[in-house]
Amino acid sequence: MADKDYVLNISDRRPTGKFITPILKGLGYTLKNFFSKPITIMYPTERREVSDRWRGLHRLKVDAQGELKCVACGLCAKICPSQAITIVPYEEAGGTRYPKVFVINELRCIFCGFCQEACPKDAIELSKVYDFVDYQREDFIFDIEKLKNPEKYIFNGK
Amino acid sequence: MLEFMTILIIKTLVVFVVALLIVAYSTWIERKVLGHVQLRHGPYRVGYHGLLQPIADGVKGFFKEELIPDNADKPLFLLAPIISIGAAVTLVVIVPFGDKITIMGREITLYLTDLDVGILLVLAISTIGSYGGILGGWSSGNKYGVIGGLRGTAQMISYELSLALAVIAVVMVSGSLSLIDIVNSQTGLWNIVKQPFAFILFIICGLAELNRTPFDMPEAEAELACGFNVEYSSMKFALFFMAEYCHMFVFAALVTTLFLGGWHGPLIDGPHWFFLKVFIIIFFCVWERSTFPRLRYDQVMSFGWKILLPFGLFNILLTGLWMLIFNI
Repeated sequence: MADKDYVLNISDRRPTGKFITPILKGLGYTLKNFFSKPITIMYPTERREVSDRWRGLHRLKVDAQGELKCVACGLCAKICPSQAITIVPYEEAGGTRYPKVFVINELRCIFCGFCQEACPKDAIELSKVYDFVDYQREDFIFDIEKLKNPEKYIFNGK
Repeated sequence: MLEFMTILIIKTLVVFVVALLIVAYSTWIERKVLGHVQLRHGPYRVGYHGLLQPIADGVKGFFKEELIPDNADKPLFLLAPIISIGAAVTLVVIVPFGDKITIMGREITLYLTDLDVGILLVLAISTIGSYGGILGGWSSGNKYGVIGGLRGTAQMISYELSLALAVIAVVMVSGSLSLIDIVNSQTGLWNIVKQPFAFILFIICGLAELNRTPFDMPEAEAELACGFNVEYSSMKFALFFMAEYCHMFVFAALVTTLFLGGWHGPLIDGPHWFFLKVFIIIFFCVWERSTFPRLRYDQVMSFGWKILLPFGLFNILLTGLWMLIFNI
């Protein structure tokens, strides 16, 4: 009987004489839904867990001493398909290299994750921060200080 | 005389404020219940669980831009929402909230007037209220508006009849047109037991009169882009909305009065029973809206004329026979 309802045959579309029970069934269904818990996630206060492989804002990792792991080799800037990374290297007397300037334009970035893959020192990674908002374009140009702690830029509803 | 006037003015103010509060918060109930039926929360952010949402909406309504279309019939366009809300609020006058109570040695009735023809007044004024929608649709110079208004007219004419037939059956049982007498006649047994068919008929026709969802022909969102109020904005739109919800409150009050025994209830009689029943009916209105899809226009018409009207006449015949046989 249930299958027959879907056949587009005009003779099957005549009233079957069943009016009351379908109406009551429908009312019962909606009432059941009314008393069950909403599935809404109340976004800024509670949020859905994202995948471990999520590609969000970049993070420049630091080692145990609090120094940047990055040696400013420039591979990430080279491989970046949208040319969002700018690096100015700086070499100390002992031969240790640091990035003097490490700027990522988050508006250019397409979050492909190539920089993370290319990095030989595991110094850059993509965090799970996906909702960062601001008022000006300049605010999306992230320098070293901003990149060290991307979790600071999670949207909090303010 | 002065005392009488003072009491009357205070009573009018209280009834008006209570009615408008119920109207405002029935929008909240509507959005909340619809939300929960669809497994959402509904309004949540403004106040505790969105309790201040109606006030925020009202403020927003005042500050929105007023638009009057160039090809609108301006006087009628301005008049239509006023007719709508005026008729709807006038209906609150006859709603019997409760019986007499004594405050400070004075006997005060918990209703504004006890008209001898109360229920007739309801039918008459609710028809006038439908002019608001019709004129609004007609005067806004918009095809959708006109079609919505025309549908509203046709539907109003069709369902007003069956509604009146349902009321007649109740009047036959109660023996009076006054709403107070109708309530008092249900002290032992509510009319829903005496008149189950009339109750069903009244609910269906009332929903059609309210333009609520299975019968919302005048403002079918999908086909008419909101129908008669398509060109209205700002507070004028809000007035139409308030009129609609005010009608819903009056409908709930009428169902309570005519069928559910008004302020009578187990234990102590009083207005709390009235408000509880009104709330249940308003909840039902939202509940059925969330359940049923809109009927097709020709189906609405044929349902009204071919099923409900004969059903109402048959019910009156049955009531008459029953009263004749049992000699009531």
